[in-house]
Amino acid sequence: MDRAVVTHAHRDHVAWGCGAYLAAAPGVEVLRRRLDPAARIRGVPYGEAVDMGGVRVSLHPAGHILGSAQVRLEHEGEIWVVSGDYKTEPDPTCTPFEPVRCHTFITECTFGLPIYRWPAAGGVLADIHAWWRANQLAGKTTLLFGYALGKAQRLIAGLDPAVGPILTHGAVERMTAAYREAGVPLPATTHVAASDRATWKRAIVVAPPSTDGSAWARRFGAQATALASGWMAVRGARRRSAVDRGFVISDHVDWPHLLEAIAQTGAERVWATHGYTGVLERWLREHGMDALAIETRYEGERDDAAAEAEEAPPS
Amino acid sequence: MKAFARLYDALDETTSTSEKVAALAAYFRAAPPRDAAWAVHFLSGRRPKRLVGTGRLRAWAAEEAGVPEWLFEESYAAVGDLAETISLLLPENPASGDQPLSWWVEQRLLPLRGQDEAAQKLEMLQAWRELGRRERYVWTKLITGSFRVGASARLVVRALAEVSGVDEGTITHRLMGAWEPSPEFFEQLLAPDTRDADVGRPYPFYLAYQLEREPASLGEAGDWQAEWKWDGIRSQLVRRAGRTFLWSRGEELLSGRFPEVEEAAALLPDGTVLDGELLPWSGASPLPFAELQRRIGRKAVSRKILREVPVVLVAYDLLEEGAQDLRGRPLAERRERLARLLAGTSSGGRLVLSPAVEAAEWTGIVAARARAREMGAEGLMLKRRSSSYGVGRRRGDWWKWKVDPLSVDAVLMYAQPGSGRRAGLYTDYTFGVWDGDRLVPFAKAYSGLSDEEIRMVDAFVRRHTLEKFGPVRTVKPELVFELAFEGIQRSTRHKSGIAVRFPRIARWRVDKRAEEADTLEQVRSLLDAGPAAGAVPGPGTS
Repeated sequence: MDRAVVTHAHRDHVAWGCGAYLAAAPGVEVLRRRLDPAARIRGVPYGEAVDMGGVRVSLHPAGHILGSAQVRLEHEGEIWVVSGDYKTEPDPTCTPFEPVRCHTFITECTFGLPIYRWPAAGGVLADIHAWWRANQLAGKTTLLFGYALGKAQRLIAGLDPAVGPILTHGAVERMTAAYREAGVPLPATTHVAASDRATWKRAIVVAPPSTDGSAWARRFGAQATALASGWMAVRGARRRSAVDRGFVISDHVDWPHLLEAIAQTGAERVWATHGYTGVLERWLREHGMDALAIETRYEGERDDAAAEAEEAPPS
Repeated sequence: MKAFARLYDALDETTSTSEKVAALAAYFRAAPPRDAAWAVHFLSGRRPKRLVGTGRLRAWAAEEAGVPEWLFEESYAAVGDLAETISLLLPENPASGDQPLSWWVEQRLLPLRGQDEAAQKLEMLQAWRELGRRERYVWTKLITGSFRVGASARLVVRALAEVSGVDEGTITHRLMGAWEPSPEFFEQLLAPDTRDADVGRPYPFYLAYQLEREPASLGEAGDWQAEWKWDGIRSQLVRRAGRTFLWSRGEELLSGRFPEVEEAAALLPDGTVLDGELLPWSGASPLPFAELQRRIGRKAVSRKILREVPVVLVAYDLLEEGAQDLRGRPLAERRERLARLLAGTSSGGRLVLSPAVEAAEWTGIVAARARAREMGAEGLMLKRRSSSYGVGRRRGDWWKWKVDPLSVDAVLMYAQPGSGRRAGLYTDYTFGVWDGDRLVPFAKAYSGLSDEEIRMVDAFVRRHTLEKFGPVRTVKPELVFELAFEGIQRSTRHKSGIAVRFPRIARWRVDKRAEEADTLEQVRSLLDAGPAAGAVPGPGTS
């Protein structure tokens, strides 16, 4: 590809080797860490239009992770919006989602089933802290797993350093540094490699899911593990992930917010991609909308695949 | 109810048995005895007879949640558990009061029985609205009868023993058989005076592990007694005070189901307990297990079925004689007494001494095992002659040594999502074998693959779906698996004309292409492997 428009820097949404990349300005630093350092990346502020072959292209906040964007395409008065991954819940580490009016809305539907309704993040964070304290009392190191990019920083932003030190896996630390450079305020973190062993039992360690059970994680000895993910809403997924606890925190929209986001676009046509596409198509059609499930190479992020989708050779 | 839901979560959140026992013990210490009795009831695997049909539960929950039926089903396929699907779909409730578990069971759950549909619906919706999400989940699970939380009955026993200081054997004994979950029962369960053995109560069953090593590793062959391992219903026959109690290993009272055996048991002296296997029997050998299935679950036994599928108790142990507990005596002595007792009882062939496999050396025992299928047995049991009769599954003195399973290479044809731990993943498979140039479905299997393999097959299913029927997907016939199974017989109920017993996936034959899988003809040739395979043998055969 000569030119790529990037919605966000997760690996399954960025291809290497494109001639030039267009991304939302706040996400450029993060994207650069995911690409060849020599890659040509052009950052544009949210809402600023770029002309590409007669099509007005602009990027709008998607609320998924730092710099995540929806892509708005306008040509002769016809407007299409590609959502990329998004959530409408508040997240202190990125610009909030903004609904964009359009004729056709291409939306993700990773959690496109009514069983997925996220609890308020505040309550979940309180549960995480209670669990962390209980682990300290039980003499166990607390390991909290979440994607190295996005989820990890959102978790860190919500952690209270007064409870204990916040330690990071290398992949998490790199992305956390990129967030700080972009001006996102985060509590102090320490890379595990630079940490004092004596602090481990009191610490919470934020690491990618792929490190669960690895030699890297075994160094902490007695430990309690948890995964922060929307998939944790379902017991089967929680048990399959083999962690002790599952905390329901997602960077995707849940079912009610998915329907709300679609309504807010005012779109007359919706294409569903990445996830429960058939379900969303049928639901929307039954509610009088023109909807279509579009086939992609991916069925979307899945609970078990999720743990692996996100990188990170242990470091 | 909140305390019980928290116990459920605590059990669910750990795989450590000591942490589970600690959570159980903490609950039993703190709970009112009336609640604790119900908790024991449910956690030890007992459940109320179905109170409300699952079809109704689905319909009411879908209506209450405002989702159409198809979307309820899609949700259920992703969750894999009805009670959980319901609790996830119903609207969130504001915090409500906290009535005890016993109140929710006795006042709200049990009265559902016998109510008409409209009243049940009203009650269910009301209860769902009153309960918080976690409690709603646990309560609904009690109704769907799928209450499993990774706490085995054994852990419950350990926790109760820890709380009461009474030994595990007595607790197990007290938990066997029929009891009402009442506060009195719970107090009696923990009572320090242990002389309360009820007349009808069986002993805890002693179970064996599969022998995975060479039998010679067990030492001298002469120290071991070999018997056929039968494929029937493991049972204890208790004869005391002029009454007969027939128990299955699942602690279910089978009384009335096998009248011919009970009739013969009446000839036994009081104070006798036999351990053995209920088997459909003809002449000197068992009929196929499928024949026994015709008797299982039937409470009314017709004369016709009694004639067609006569059942006997093949006894292999004597646990009590003359009202004396013999479990501490060596097996050799128990066996000798058993033989003498049965020889002196004219049971008309209804109480049969399990034949011993006589061999002085391991080579003879190995050879006998190779003949097990011909005998209609699953393999051999090896029991140390000096062993006492233990409690539960223990390693060391008793081993089951099953014959290697039969196997067939078959092609994956259909897949559907699993439940529980496998919810949302395509893990339930139907396999076919070739009949000419088309595949005939031949067996279903759910287990045998690693998590990694399951993920790979799941991804394959999603990418190679040819057709969808509800949750079932027809996939491109490409993947070949070696299926292992214990027995095979003709069947008119299966398209392939064949039914297999305990099919499971032995391995994924990544080295084979679909065309290289086995044919129906090859599978049929396995039918000749033994008498259990083919048609029912007549009296006196083999």
